Amino acid sequence: MKGLAFDVSHLLAGGLVLLSFVQLYQNRLYALLNVYSLQAFVLALSVAWQAFVQDESHLYVTAFIAFLFKAIVVPTALHRVIVQLGIQRDVENVVGVGPTMLAGLALVALAEVVMLRIAGDADVLAREDLAFALSVVLLGLLMMVVRRNAVSMVVGFMSLENGLILAAAGAKGMPLVVEISVAFSVLVALVVIGVFLFRISETFATVDAEALDSFRDGRR
Amino acid sequence: MNGAALCLAGDAALLALAVAGAPTSARPLGRPLVYGGSLVLSLALLAVAAEALLFGGPGASLVLPLGLPWVGARFSLDALSAFFLVVVNLSAAAASLYALGYGRHEHDPQRVLPFFPAFLAGMNLVLVAADAYTFLLSWEFMSLASWALVMAHHRDGQNARAGYVYLVMASFGTFALLIAFALLAGLDGHFAFEAIRAAPPAATVAILALVAALVGAGSKAGLAPLHVWLPLAHPAAPSHVSALMSGAMTKVAVYAFIRIAFDLAGPPDWRFSIPVLVVGAASGLIGVLQALMDADLKRVLAYSTIENIGLIFVGLGLAYAFRASGLDAAAALAMTAALLHVFNHALFKSLLFFGSGAVLTATGERRLNRLGGLLNRMPATGLFMLVGAAAISALPPLNGFVSEWMILQAVLLSPALPQWTLKILAPAVGASVALTAALAAACFVRAFGIPFLGRPRSDAAAKAEEVDRISLAAMGGLALLCLIFGIFPGQAIDALRAAVDQAIGAHMPTQSSIAWLSIEPVAASRSSYNGLLVALFIALSAIMAATIIHRFATAALRRAPAWDCGFPDPAPNTQYSAESFSQPVRRVFGRIAFTPEERIDMPRPGETRAAYFDLRLGDRIWTTGYLPILKVVERAATLLNHLQFLTIRQYLSVVFGALVALLVVLASWP
Repeated sequence: MKGLAFDVSHLLAGGLVLLSFVQLYQNRLYALLNVYSLQAFVLALSVAWQAFVQDESHLYVTAFIAFLFKAIVVPTALHRVIVQLGIQRDVENVVGVGPTMLAGLALVALAEVVMLRIAGDADVLAREDLAFALSVVLLGLLMMVVRRNAVSMVVGFMSLENGLILAAAGAKGMPLVVEISVAFSVLVALVVIGVFLFRISETFATVDAEALDSFRDGRR
Repeated sequence: MNGAALCLAGDAALLALAVAGAPTSARPLGRPLVYGGSLVLSLALLAVAAEALLFGGPGASLVLPLGLPWVGARFSLDALSAFFLVVVNLSAAAASLYALGYGRHEHDPQRVLPFFPAFLAGMNLVLVAADAYTFLLSWEFMSLASWALVMAHHRDGQNARAGYVYLVMASFGTFALLIAFALLAGLDGHFAFEAIRAAPPAATVAILALVAALVGAGSKAGLAPLHVWLPLAHPAAPSHVSALMSGAMTKVAVYAFIRIAFDLAGPPDWRFSIPVLVVGAASGLIGVLQALMDADLKRVLAYSTIENIGLIFVGLGLAYAFRASGLDAAAALAMTAALLHVFNHALFKSLLFFGSGAVLTATGERRLNRLGGLLNRMPATGLFMLVGAAAISALPPLNGFVSEWMILQAVLLSPALPQWTLKILAPAVGASVALTAALAAACFVRAFGIPFLGRPRSDAAAKAEEVDRISLAAMGGLALLCLIFGIFPGQAIDALRAAVDQAIGAHMPTQSSIAWLSIEPVAASRSSYNGLLVALFIALSAIMAATIIHRFATAALRRAPAWDCGFPDPAPNTQYSAESFSQPVRRVFGRIAFTPEERIDMPRPGETRAAYFDLRLGDRIWTTGYLPILKVVERAATLLNHLQFLTIRQYLSVVFGALVALLVVLASWP
């Protein structure tokens, strides 16, 4: 049972990291959202598996929340944003796909090394979970850095949040309250960012975040 | 109830008064409420502190569950705190009394009234704090309250700049003190003074802490070269606040230094006395030279504060050197001299600032060259200023003489020191103290003579009116105290016994039992001084001279114009001016500390335009010490300013890069 538990959770967490990589080279917004939705679904599965392994029933609630909000509500909302803004066009990558993927690989390696160093004597299951979670967080940050479009920045932020939830679920005894608050904070962030996006597009007729800078440049 | 609790109750009442002062300050009721309340509370605190100093046994202490969780807010009232509380609250009581009259002329009372009691409470809290956290918190509170008072007239001239420089230097000083306490507390963080005393730091750490304390306390006290803020900030405040800042707040800084150097830092190391002596002597000279050059009455007084703080630090440096070599009697003499000078300077500097405030009220002028002849228009203010000027010039039988004489007596004991460095340094410091005292006398001849003697140099001075009776009462009381402590120095020295005992572990022999009010600091065979005798001699010879002149001089009195060298010019500008009085000193010493630039614009013969004499004084310390630092800071700020104008993605990249860099460090840490 122990071996199976480890293998499955390893598979699911590794799937999360893989989907983060898939996100990195998506150059269409709809595809990006779909991958994100899939990642959230895998996250929900992973959290549910943790609930089963750790025999913690409240983690099922977390898994459900993750599935409901991150896999359905948020992507649907962002979908509507894209439709309303009329920006179903290509995503411009700032850095090329190749270098981005290489940087992502380096980040995953870094996360593994860091986790081996600081949690070398911890439970293997928890350690691998944490290493994958850190990788997802770093890849989400990388995504925010290399994209220009505000919607994909938002997706990067949400993907980063997935990593956090994975870490929270992997750590034993994390109270449910924390996870609910994390989920709600993501929702609040979505609302804020949504409003923000509409404001940007109303003002500058684009959701390219660089436009903001050019505006501020004028006042320098 | 113990003394520390009484002091805290007094401070709480002062803070309540500050809060009450805010809404009532714009009304006519506000001034008597705030200043009357401050007067009563200062007198009560003075009584508590005097009781603790004269009769108190071991220090009373109190721990409140505030502040740092594992330390708490500790307060204690020992003899050293009690002495400084006496100094601060005596000045505060005098300033409150003076302000009852003087505050009437304040045009922005709401900018002064709420902060005045808060400032008093801040100073009192610093003196009773008994752990590093409470101490620094109170210290910062005191600095900020006084900064608010400096900014009271922020629209006038250079006051905004003065406030800015003061704020920067005060932050720097607090930072240095923070380092000092961090070093004293050690890695385990014993922030309570008791714990620091029980486990003093190692010798090398202690030296670093002492240097940091000298920098931190010295910048607040006004030691050169960290004094630049003082002559800007002290005159900018209303006069009663200037008196408190010069008379009391600089003494709180002296207290901080004594507390750290003599109480907390463990066994003394003689080498540390070298910087203290050098910096003290340099401050004395630079302060008095600047005071001699300056043409603004209140700035002259502020520079003179630097000079007196320098003398106090010379006394402290000697006490430290003697104590390090185990010469306890000599150390007690030097420490008593320094503490007595702390007390005396608080008296006469407050008196002089009150006098300058009276002149400012009567004429609206602080520039010496616009005043003159005020002794006829304001006889009482003139008399009190004369007493203050004589006291600060160390003329017997006033109090200033006693403490400066005792400092020089301590210098004369320095050959007993075993270290050759100090054997050579101490007499040199003594010589510079003597030079400082002489120049101070010249400075106050000028500071009194130019405004009060001669003919008025402006219409405002010609039309000056004497100030109100309450202000005069405050000045008169301080002048009387200057005389009393000059005639009864033995009693003052004996009152300091407990404080000196605490700092040094020894005290001077009892002086009040010596016949006819003499004092003998070391032994009767070496030197003694009798203030009463000098006072009687001066009084008798003055009466005799007056009698002889009035009795035997010719009765055929004739008033005639003074001989005018055949050049009858009625313009008062032909009198000696402030610049002409200081010109000889400027020629001799000016190039040391200043870059004086005299330009004479003389019309050729036959031309009818006026001749001009233009004098500019540059401060060498400012141009060589501060301007380069300012330039570096400005350049760094310009570079860092680019960080404010990054794009969103660049900001994200900075965060991302920082995170990755930290993780790499974590992964590769050995």
